[in-house]
Amino acid sequence: MATTDVALPEASRQRERKRVVNNLSIQVATVNGSGSQSSNTVLLRSIFQMGVPVSGKNLFPSNIAGLPTWYTIRANKDGYIARKKEIDFLVAMNAETAQEDVMALSAGAAVLFDEPLNLGGLRPDLTFYSVPFDKLVAAVCPEAKLRKLVKNMVYVGVVAKLLEIDPAEVENAIRKQFASKAKAANLNLAAAKAGYDYAAASLTKQDPYCIQRMDKTKGKIIIDGNSAAALGSMFAGVTVVTWYPITPSSSLVESLIDYMKQYRITPDGKATFAIVQAEDELAAIGMVLGAGWAGARAMTATAGPGISLMAEFAGLSYYAEVPGVIWNIQRVGPSTGLPTRTSQGDLLSTAFLSHGDTKHILLIPSSVGECFTMAQDAFNLAEHFQTLVFMMSDLDLGMNNWMSDPFEYPTTPIERGKILSKEDLERMGGFERYKDVDGDGIGYRTLPGTDHPAAAYFARGSGHNEKSQYSERPDDYERNLERINKKFETARSFVPRPEVISTAKTEIGIIAYGTSHWGIVEARDQLRNEYGIETDYLRIRAYPFTREVHAFIEQHERIYVVEQNRDAQMLSLLKLDIKPELTSRLRSIAHVHGLPLDARSVTDELTSMEGR
Amino acid sequence: MSTAGTSTLQPKTNRIGLTVLDYRGGKTTLCAGCGHNAISERIIDAMFEMGIPPERVIKPSGIGCSSKSPAYFMRRSHSFNAVHGRMPSVTTGAVLANHKLMALGVSGDGDTASIGIGQFVHLMRRNLPVIYIIEDNGVYGLTKGQFSATADLGSKLKTGVINELPPIDTCAMAIELGATFVGRSFSGDKKQLHSMLKAAIAHRGTVMLDVVSPCVTFNDHEGSTKSYKYMKDHEEPLQDISFIPAFEEINVEYDSGTTVQVTMHDGSRLQLHKIEEDYDPTDRIRAITRLHEAREENVVLTGVFYVNPKAPTFIDVLNLTDEPLTTLPESMVRPGRDVLARAMAELQ
Ligand SMILES: Cc1ncc(C[n+]2csc(CCOP(=O)(O)OP(=O)(O)O)c2C)c(N)n1
Ligand code: SF4
Ligand SMILES: [Mg+2]
Repeated sequence: MATTDVALPEASRQRERKRVVNNLSIQVATVNGSGSQSSNTVLLRSIFQMGVPVSGKNLFPSNIAGLPTWYTIRANKDGYIARKKEIDFLVAMNAETAQEDVMALSAGAAVLFDEPLNLGGLRPDLTFYSVPFDKLVAAVCPEAKLRKLVKNMVYVGVVAKLLEIDPAEVENAIRKQFASKAKAANLNLAAAKAGYDYAAASLTKQDPYCIQRMDKTKGKIIIDGNSAAALGSMFAGVTVVTWYPITPSSSLVESLIDYMKQYRITPDGKATFAIVQAEDELAAIGMVLGAGWAGARAMTATAGPGISLMAEFAGLSYYAEVPGVIWNIQRVGPSTGLPTRTSQGDLLSTAFLSHGDTKHILLIPSSVGECFTMAQDAFNLAEHFQTLVFMMSDLDLGMNNWMSDPFEYPTTPIERGKILSKEDLERMGGFERYKDVDGDGIGYRTLPGTDHPAAAYFARGSGHNEKSQYSERPDDYERNLERINKKFETARSFVPRPEVISTAKTEIGIIAYGTSHWGIVEARDQLRNEYGIETDYLRIRAYPFTREVHAFIEQHERIYVVEQNRDAQMLSLLKLDIKPELTSRLRSIAHVHGLPLDARSVTDELTSMEGR
Repeated sequence: MSTAGTSTLQPKTNRIGLTVLDYRGGKTTLCAGCGHNAISERIIDAMFEMGIPPERVIKPSGIGCSSKSPAYFMRRSHSFNAVHGRMPSVTTGAVLANHKLMALGVSGDGDTASIGIGQFVHLMRRNLPVIYIIEDNGVYGLTKGQFSATADLGSKLKTGVINELPPIDTCAMAIELGATFVGRSFSGDKKQLHSMLKAAIAHRGTVMLDVVSPCVTFNDHEGSTKSYKYMKDHEEPLQDISFIPAFEEINVEYDSGTTVQVTMHDGSRLQLHKIEEDYDPTDRIRAITRLHEAREENVVLTGVFYVNPKAPTFIDVLNLTDEPLTTLPESMVRPGRDVLARAMAELQ
């Protein structure tokens, strides 16, 4: 065994003595399409079942099979679940990237590798474990064509042994993963056991990392943001769903289809929903508008390229005042290259999506829990304000597994907004669709099919008066535009409020949103513990901004706006909204390499900008 | 029919007690003589005679002179003047939301055959219950007379520009793709269009009607193949069409040798008195061939080319509840606490 032969450097020996418990990041490097997804999920779940807070992030190529893919699992006793910059334990299964992956590690890390890769001599400052995966898998998997898939479960067993994960938890996780397929479960169990036994017999533990039982995950669930969004939408009462497949949004609708088929069929077998795979995103949003206009709760899910195609209809919705919910699972820009990497780069283009004066309500979830609750907010807000609401999720949130408290049953009823019934019309005699009766900018609408001669109105774009009659009069246009703006102003006190930590003890504020939140939580602790820098924090959850956002900026001298795009898009949006004399307080920390934000990068940049 | 026993003549009412005035719209702002206005008139008459409650009808449209026309008929029906070429998606969403609505979508040849061809194609595939009318003048009226993709080879613009590209035959496409009631008519052929519209109203599935509708301002001159004169000289009807609504309990004898009778979904009867021997409107392949032949012959074939009253619609395929999705109560669209608890347990 290569490992037992390697003489340990002194530093490494000492680290071995000082055990690192429940604080490490594991990276598994495999080839796309090799079935490593199940193995990684099992490993993640095993740690989770040990009661240790854990998060998993998949870094995958835009490819079906053959290109390199990495999965990182972070276990952290303090509950930090952001991506960790440093890798502590590498599982190298991919010949193509193995050398580079090893060279990128910090001293002291451990490497578990497939024997033929022969990595053992690459660096003296790492611990190496060599495992003959092919031999082990051949012994437990007689069917040659399955070996490629089952091989990955072997490393789960090896890692479990090396990190002292209870093998019973590995078994539970495998049983859960292959719940409906007993044969596959048994095969994978055998593979994991082979790995475990091999490690027990042939490997000597030399790295300091281990997992020990805690009770920090009790009662928690593991779910990806897209599934959470699907559940939220189902409980929000969505009835019309349209989509055109695009990573990273497809799994949202696919998961919704599964849930709806299971839970939204009437006792006599009828569907209480219509889900349509449209011909493109133009049609997807067009259907949402048609359905929203006719009174359904309608949604579609897409990513940047789809958002771009939806631009024209988004403007029509703004002017014709049609409700709908659009999930934007953000990813890196145009399709070729990095479409499978995360980003917060669509903020500005979505906020002002379309032509003419247009601005939209955006909700920005940070967690799977918020994907669930904000889905309900989104539908209620869309109908309340008779406009589109964009749900600004991202690939990191949408496609990765996150730990969460179980979701709570909705506490607010489904709110349909100002809709006039036949009886209302009988009482009122008629109505004016685009008149601001209540002073909040929001008119009353009727649904097609309302059985009253005065129910109908004509929905169209820019040119109409309060009665929804065609008009090109400048005063009609101006009045209408001002009223629609008033809706937006009204929305400031209806959208989800930010999460604010304001101590009045520091001049430094941090503003972030979406998945950047997790890096900030950790970075604030690093700043305090390592540099003695206290920071206040505001997490934006919606656009238009609520008054808390303005107050926070007034209260702090230097505000770091942290985001995952190049052009400081949130900072730009804030600038448009705050007093001009305050704009110089805003400083940008931008992060653009397509990987989820890590705390260390924020800490480093903030301290250097603070002159420390 | 109700005529009060006084000397003043009461307006005629239909079977739901409405007069034709109840089906009117705003005053047209289209050019005097525009074919689109005549089509609006035919729609008013057909809906009135069929006794369709206007409140049940929706009139989505795209962008163009044609797409403006829903403002000029049936003011008691909801309208949605959408974006250019996208009437099909808006209509689809609305009908899925409430399948009890009767959708009458209005489009133009530019709206359909160029910018909107993708949505047109996919709407036809789904056999959603809608009536899709193309008011076809061979040009973009609203942008002042450029050629559209239905302009015939060799057709000439006022400026002298000749169309060098072959036309898209929207009827052949619709049949090919799955529409279940496909016909062509002419805004100037009052009787034919009237009967066709009534049959369209009785059909359950996608109706696609291409109605040649001359643009008097930009495409009604010598050299145009979409002018009144050209149509007078080149229209060749396949059949004489009569329509007997289900609610009219009369028996009309017909000779099966010379007439094809199609029983529509609601029991109405569409009688196609053959002008052409052995044309069978239920034969898709023959229908498409015949359209190709007509083009070779330089004639504008009109009539009902294809009809299939029995095909399942998109509503059937999606297996939707009878109650429209829009009015399902919260108890049917928000699952109970037990469901959430179960979903959470699975994720633990
Ligand atoms: C996206 C977009 N591109 C271009 C236009 C300009 N436009 C308005 S109407 C029209 C053509 C309409 O032609 P058609 O559908 O044949 O209707 P007609 O006016 O002939 O009845 C065009 C190109 C537009 N409204 N939207
Ligand atoms: S320009 Fe042509 S299509 Fe438009 S209204 Fe006038 S005649 Fe009709
Ligand atoms: Mg035209």
